[in-house]
Amino acid sequence: MKFSEKWLREWVNPAIDSDALAEQLSMAGLEVDDLLPVADEFSGVVVGEVVECGPHPDADKLQVTKVEAGTGELLDIVCGAPNCRKGLKVAVAVVGAVLPGDFKIKKAKLRGQPSHGMLCSFKELGLIDEHEGIIELPENAPVGTDYREYLGLNDVTVDIDLTPNRGDCLSIRGIAREVGVLNQLPVNEPEIAPVSVSSDTQKAIHLDAASDCPRYLGRVIEGINLDAKSPIWMTERLRRSGIRSIDPVVDVTNYVLLELGHPLHAFDLDTLSGDIHVRHAKQGEKLTLLDEQEVSLDDDVLVIADEDKALAMAGVYGGKASGVTAATQNIFLESAFFAPEAILGKARRFGLHTDASHRYERGVDPALQRQAMERATALLVDICGGKVGPIVEAVNEAELPQRSKVELRAARLAKVLGTSIDAKKVTDILTRLGLTIVEQDATRWVIQAPSYRFDIAIEEDVIEEVARVYGYNTIQAAAPAAQLRMSEHREAQLSRHQLVDAMVMRGYQEAITYSFVDPKHQALLFNDIAALTLPNPISVDMSSMRVSLWPGLLGAVAHNQKRQQSMLAFVETGLRFVPDDSEASGVKQTPVIAGVRYGKAHQEHWSDGDRQVDFYDIKGDVEALLARTGRAAEFRFVADQHDALHPGQTAAVYLGSQKVGVVGAIHPKFEKALGLNGRAYVFELDLTLVSQRHIAQAQAVSKYPAIRRDLAVIVDANIAAGEVLASLENVGVKQLVSLNLFDVYRGEGVPEGRQSLALSVTLQDNERTLEEQDINNIMATLINTLQAEFDATLRDS
Amino acid sequence: MELAEIVGQAQQAIAEVSSAAALDEVRVEYMGKKGRLTELLKGLGKLDPSERREAGQKINEAKQQVQTAINARKEVLKEAELQAKIDAERIDVSLPGRASAVGGVHPVTQTIRRIETFFGDLGFSVKEGPEVEDDFHNFDALNIPANHPARADHDTFYFTPSTMLRTQTSGVQIRTMETEKPPLRIISPGRVYRNDYDQTHTPMFHQVEGLMVDTDVSFTQLKGILHDFLNHFFEASMEVRFRPSYFPFTEPSAEVDVKGKNGQWLEVLGCGMVHPNVLKAVGIDPEKYTGFAFGMGVERLTMLRYGVNDLRAFFENDLRFLKQFN
Repeated sequence: MKFSEKWLREWVNPAIDSDALAEQLSMAGLEVDDLLPVADEFSGVVVGEVVECGPHPDADKLQVTKVEAGTGELLDIVCGAPNCRKGLKVAVAVVGAVLPGDFKIKKAKLRGQPSHGMLCSFKELGLIDEHEGIIELPENAPVGTDYREYLGLNDVTVDIDLTPNRGDCLSIRGIAREVGVLNQLPVNEPEIAPVSVSSDTQKAIHLDAASDCPRYLGRVIEGINLDAKSPIWMTERLRRSGIRSIDPVVDVTNYVLLELGHPLHAFDLDTLSGDIHVRHAKQGEKLTLLDEQEVSLDDDVLVIADEDKALAMAGVYGGKASGVTAATQNIFLESAFFAPEAILGKARRFGLHTDASHRYERGVDPALQRQAMERATALLVDICGGKVGPIVEAVNEAELPQRSKVELRAARLAKVLGTSIDAKKVTDILTRLGLTIVEQDATRWVIQAPSYRFDIAIEEDVIEEVARVYGYNTIQAAAPAAQLRMSEHREAQLSRHQLVDAMVMRGYQEAITYSFVDPKHQALLFNDIAALTLPNPISVDMSSMRVSLWPGLLGAVAHNQKRQQSMLAFVETGLRFVPDDSEASGVKQTPVIAGVRYGKAHQEHWSDGDRQVDFYDIKGDVEALLARTGRAAEFRFVADQHDALHPGQTAAVYLGSQKVGVVGAIHPKFEKALGLNGRAYVFELDLTLVSQRHIAQAQAVSKYPAIRRDLAVIVDANIAAGEVLASLENVGVKQLVSLNLFDVYRGEGVPEGRQSLALSVTLQDNERTLEEQDINNIMATLINTLQAEFDATLRDS
Repeated sequence: MELAEIVGQAQQAIAEVSSAAALDEVRVEYMGKKGRLTELLKGLGKLDPSERREAGQKINEAKQQVQTAINARKEVLKEAELQAKIDAERIDVSLPGRASAVGGVHPVTQTIRRIETFFGDLGFSVKEGPEVEDDFHNFDALNIPANHPARADHDTFYFTPSTMLRTQTSGVQIRTMETEKPPLRIISPGRVYRNDYDQTHTPMFHQVEGLMVDTDVSFTQLKGILHDFLNHFFEASMEVRFRPSYFPFTEPSAEVDVKGKNGQWLEVLGCGMVHPNVLKAVGIDPEKYTGFAFGMGVERLTMLRYGVNDLRAFFENDLRFLKQFN
C-alpha cells in the first residue's frame, strides 16, 4: 500500500523524520519497501494563467501564448500541448527554472517565436501520473505561487508491504493508529459529522445471506453533477497513493478507501429495479463486470442484486450494467460489511484482485460502515452537489463478528518468549494497542480485541503483539538448551555429498540446473515419457518437469560451448520426475546422480598431446563412483539401447538384476537440435541404489608371492570382453586375485571377424607358494573355460 | 721383461680404458687364466726353489698393484657412468606438470554443506522431502488453509489444485513431525519453487528449513541460535536485527536482516515460534512443547558470503563462474 506521508502526519505527527518513521514502521512489522519523493527535484515553477493563446504562424502543432506568472510582465511562451487554452491555470517553468534532470529553462525562440518559459506536464516535473498534456490547475490556483509550495510537493510516498494479518493497517487511519501506539501519541481522527438529509428517496435492503453480510448500508444521492472536478488536494493525495483520478464518484470512494480503509461502491440508481438484496448467486448466474468480462457465478458467491438480477460481485467488483457513467445523475451508495470468509478466494477464482477484495479478505472494521458512508457523502456533495437521502441500514447483529475474550498468561508469555516482561509494561502495551482488558490479576490478563483487529483470536496472537511492541530487538538472545543425543551416522549409507565429491575428484564440476526444462529438448531424448507440464510456467522453455537430469546438463554444456570451453565435465544430483499413476502425487520423484562429459579427455599437455573424451572415460568415472560402494564387482555394464543415446555406445548398469542407470554417448542425430557441437557422453544412476556401502569384513592377506601370467586368446569379434572377464571370474579359481584386460587387437595376424584379447592373470594362494605345476593347471582350467564358452583359441606368441 | 715394466704397462692400459668392458679386457690380459702375470706365476716352477719364494712374492705384489689400479679405475668409471646417466636425464623442471582436472562443488551446495555442519554440530539431523508436494503439506498443515491470502503471496506453480511444486521446505517439518515425536531437531535443505523471474528472483531457489521442538524452546533461544549461526557463517560479528513479520505457521514471526558492507539491511531468513495450530495438527501438545522454525534463503546467503551480484548466475552453470569457488 502506498500513501502520502503528509497525509499521515495530519492524523499523527511524531517528531521524527521520514527515514526514522519508515524504520519504526518496519521494525513494528509494517515493512516499508520504499520512500519515494512525490516529485523530483525542480525549482522555478510557479502557478500561471494563460491569458492569450493562438496558433503559431509557422507550426501546426504549436501554440503561441502569453502567460501571467506574477513576474510583473506577461511571458511569451510557445506550447505544444493540445490542452493548452486561454484561461487555463498552468504550471509555468520561468526563465532560470531548473527541471528534473538538471534541465535549465532559458530564453529561446521556437520556429521564430520567442518563448520565455515552459508550460509543464506531470512527466516533465517527474510526477507519476498518466495524464497527457500540460498540468491543468484549478481555477482558484493563486497565480505566482511556487508550484511546489502550492501542492505541498515536499512530501514522500511511503510504500508499505503489509502482511496478510494486518488488514487493519490498509488505510491512513490504521497506520496512524499504529504510529500512535509506537510513539505513544494520540491520533487526530477527522471529525465525521452526519450529512443533513435533503431527500426521502431510499431503497429497502434485504440481507438474504446474513452470515456473509451482516451489515449493509445504502443511501440514495440524487442530482449529482459529474462534470464537476475533484479538488486538487484530493487528486494529489490519490496520486501520491498510486491512484489515478477518474471522476468525483470514483475519486471519493477511493479516497475513503485510503483514508478509512473502507471500500464503498456506487450504483447508478436509475439502473436498479426495486429493493436491494444481498444474496448468494444462483449457480451459473451470469454477470458482466465493469471490465466487460462476463462471469458465470457459483452459488457460494455473494452478490448485490435488485429484484431482477445480480448487480455486483459483493466486496469484489461492480457490474457493468449498474455502474456509474458520465451520464449518471443519481446514485445508490453502498457501505457494507462482508465477512472475510465470504470473500476469501472469490476474486482469485475469477482472476480478479481489487482494492476492495484485498481489504474484505483481510477484514474490514465491522463498526465503520456508517462513518464511511457519512464521510463519502460529505465529500461527494461538496464536489458534485445533490440531494442526500437517508441512510438505510440493514443489520443482523447476531451475525456480526464478535471479538472473543483471549487469555494471556504471564507464565505462557515468559515460556514462549524465554524472558519475563514486567507486568505493568505488558498492561501498558495491551492498552495502547486498543485491546480492552476485561480481567486482570497477577498471573493473567483477559483481553478483547477492538473491532478492527481480525488477527487476535488466541493467546499466541497476543504474545506476538506484546513482543512486537516491546521490541524484538529488546528481547535478549540465549543459547538453546537440550539433552545431548548423538545423531545417527550410518556407515553403510553413502551421502550425496560423498558421491558428488568422488566425481569432483575426477574433475567434475557440480552443476545445478532447473528442474523444469525445454519440452522440445526433453521430447527429443525421451519421446516415450509424457513429462509433467507446468500449466503456468515462466516461459515455454521452462515448462516441462525433467524426467532426467540430461536435458539440463546438456543445456549447461551448450551454454559453455558457446563460451569457447573445450573441456567440460558436470555432475548434478537431484530429483527426476517421471509420471506414475501409482504415486499419490501422480509422479515418481527419484533422486539421481547424473553427469556429462564433452571435449578434451584431459588438459592438452606438452608430453601427452591431446585426446577427445570417449565412452571409456565416462565409464571409468562411473566405475570410480561405484567403487565408493565397496561393491564394485557387483555392478555390471551391459550393452543396451536408449532412445537418447548412440545405439553402439550405450550400456545399462545393473546391480544384480536391478537396473541402476545408463551410461553412453548422446545420439549424434540429436546434437544439432540440442545446440551441441560435438559428442557428449552422459550417465545417470539411481542415487539410492548406489548409496549402499559395503561394510568391510577383513580377510587375511596372503604371505606367499603372487605370480602373473599373460594370456592372449582369439574369440569372435562380437563377443563382449566383459563377458569373457566375467566367465573367468566365475570359474571359481580361488587363487585368482586379479584379472586385467590389457590389449584388444583386430587386424593382421588375427582372422577376419575375430579379435585378440590379452589378459594378465595374477595368481596367489593364501596357504603356500604356487608351484609351476599348480600355475599350469590353473591356466589350463581358465583356457578350457574360454574354449568351451567362447570357442576361444590361444594366440600364437 | 721386468716385472716393473709389466706393471707399468698394465697401469697405463688401465688408465687409458674408458669403459668397464675395456677395463675387464685389461684385467684378463694381465690377471686372467692366461694373463701375463698369471703366466709369470705359472713359470715360478722353473725357478730355483730358493728364488721361488721371493719371485713369487714379487709377482703377487705386482698383481696386487695391478688389481688396485683396476679397482680404482672401476670406481672412477662407475662414477663417470652415473654422472653420464644423470646428465642424460637432466630435464626442464619449469615445464608444466601433468594436470588432473580439478572439479568443484557448486557454491550453493557449499553453503548448504556449511549450514549442515553448523547445525549438525548441534545435533540437528538432515531431512529431505518431495518437491512435487500436496497442498496439505505445503499449505494446510502449515496453517495456510485454502483461500488464505498468504497462498496468493506464494506465486505457486500448481499442477492441479491439490498438487504443486513446493514453495517452501517447511512441508518437511510436517512430514517429520508426523512420524517422529519431540524432542526434535532437524534441518531440511532443498529446492523450492516460486513463479517469479527477474534480477532478484529465480523460479527455483534453495532453502534450508530448521525446526527445534522441545519442552522449553523459546524466542530468546531462536534469537540465540540464529545470531550464532550468522556470526559463524560469515565468520564475523554481524549486525543482525529481528523484524516482526507474519508467517501463518509461526507466531511470533520475524524476518532477520543482516547489515551488509554497504550499510544496508538485507533480509536473509524468516523465522518464528511454531504456531500452536501446526503442533496440534501433528498431535503434539502445544502446552507441553514449544518450538522454533526458520527458513533461510541459500542463494541470498551465498551471494552475501562470496560477493555474487546476480542471482541468475547460480543456474547458468558457466564454468568461469563455478570455477571461482573451487
